Amino acid sequence: MPDSTFLDSTELVLNMGPQHPSTHGVLRIILKLDGEKVLGTECIIGYLHRGVEKIGENRTYAQFNPYVDRMDYVAAISNGLGYCLAVEKLLNVEAPPRAQCIRVILTELNRIASHLLWLGTHALDIGAITPVFYCLREREEALKIFEKYCGARLTTHAFRIGGLLYETYDGFEQEIRDFCAMFVPKVDEYEELLTNNRIWIGRLKDVGILSADECKEYGVTGPVLRAAGVKWDLRKAQPYSGYEKYDFEIPIRQNGDTYDRYIVRMEEMRQSVRIMQQAVEAIPEGPIMGKVGKVIKPPVGEAYVSIEAPKGELGYYVVSDGSTQPYRLRVRPPSFVNLQALDRMIRGGLVADVVAVVGTLDIVLGEIDR
Amino acid sequence: MRGLLNRIFLVDLFQGLWVTFRNQHPKYIYTEQYPAERPKVAERYRGAPRLNINPDNGETLCISCNLCALACPEALIVVTSERNEATKRKDLTTFTYDTSRCMFCGLCEDACPVDALELTQDFEMATYTREGQIWDRQMLEEGPKPTQYKC
Repeated sequence: MPDSTFLDSTELVLNMGPQHPSTHGVLRIILKLDGEKVLGTECIIGYLHRGVEKIGENRTYAQFNPYVDRMDYVAAISNGLGYCLAVEKLLNVEAPPRAQCIRVILTELNRIASHLLWLGTHALDIGAITPVFYCLREREEALKIFEKYCGARLTTHAFRIGGLLYETYDGFEQEIRDFCAMFVPKVDEYEELLTNNRIWIGRLKDVGILSADECKEYGVTGPVLRAAGVKWDLRKAQPYSGYEKYDFEIPIRQNGDTYDRYIVRMEEMRQSVRIMQQAVEAIPEGPIMGKVGKVIKPPVGEAYVSIEAPKGELGYYVVSDGSTQPYRLRVRPPSFVNLQALDRMIRGGLVADVVAVVGTLDIVLGEIDR
Repeated sequence: MRGLLNRIFLVDLFQGLWVTFRNQHPKYIYTEQYPAERPKVAERYRGAPRLNINPDNGETLCISCNLCALACPEALIVVTSERNEATKRKDLTTFTYDTSRCMFCGLCEDACPVDALELTQDFEMATYTREGQIWDRQMLEEGPKPTQYKC
């Protein structure tokens, strides 16, 4: 960390977290302050470490499936999709078209739920209390669909290796259509509350700027990268699970500040609705489970699959030694990589901006510590 | 000029306040008065485990095949059985299910070949002791009996 600006001034080292509510879990940031100015930061992580990757080596492939939900617990379905795709690649099977379509619908619904939680808590951190109530109200509708589909709201365990276990329930399509119709005006409502609000603009504009080159250097992905003007979305770049069939845009912005990341995420929610609307009209008939044996025993080899999770590129690297358990399982969590850029984003900023920048990165500590 | 007027008359703030005003209508109340008002959980909800019995004769449906115990990622199910010499089948003696370690993934009910073990819609499983979280066969067959509050 650099020294303070004035020789006679005293630096203040301040601990933020791990119990601070706006660190979104148990992140501890050591701030080096010169008055209100942040001279440098250091992140201490690991308070939520559960050794998930090691657990994976001691469980069969099917048994490990519920654990991945507990990494990024606000986007459990995306995690499940990534893991299932990785093992399917290892097994060299593909989920049937019907399963793929339902997977896309649920994953996009989960993206909306994740972004809604982000918007609510981010606005709460900045000081706007109202959006969190509205966001959680709409998120509740999404979680109800998950509960009806697979029996759990957060840690869903919705997908199985090779396809799906659960067939859609009666009225699933209609509920998705109703949700889409209900949700688009709600996004406009959030935008009405925040986008033009002078306090919101004042707190977010030109705060935590991360340029496109810096994003690439740090390996930052997801909305943070897209807000810096890089048109990179794995759903378009390397389509998986049938994403090439759907027509949607990648929202980008140019400045790479906190306000742009807010705009990008709002637009992403609208695009997710578009994908869901297209997918729900085109659910093919057919089986939902691919040709996977009762005991999953992939051949010797390794597979890496990355998907576009709500927070960025989520990768699963699975190494098989031919037994029923993975030899090694490695997760590339988007939050962990995005968190590295925190120091670059708030150095030289004000201490009040730390909360805004941590919020805009949309980190989940369960995924960072694993 | 327009921007200046917007700033002076706080147009952006009133725009936001109008949203909160619209949402004041009582039909937007989502709070559940929980103990008095019971939540409606979904049909497929994965809650408290239950070991089903045959309603006709009260005998357990479990065939002691131990598949649930093998499927469980946390290895929290313990099934013991003894061989019945008369029918040449395994009879269930004890069945313990440690709900304190359960993560309700549903792999045990998927594994069950006779639909004996099932995750039900009961979600009130709090106890006063840790030992109370370990359910034995009787508890699994009867299910939890939470206090019902009425207003």
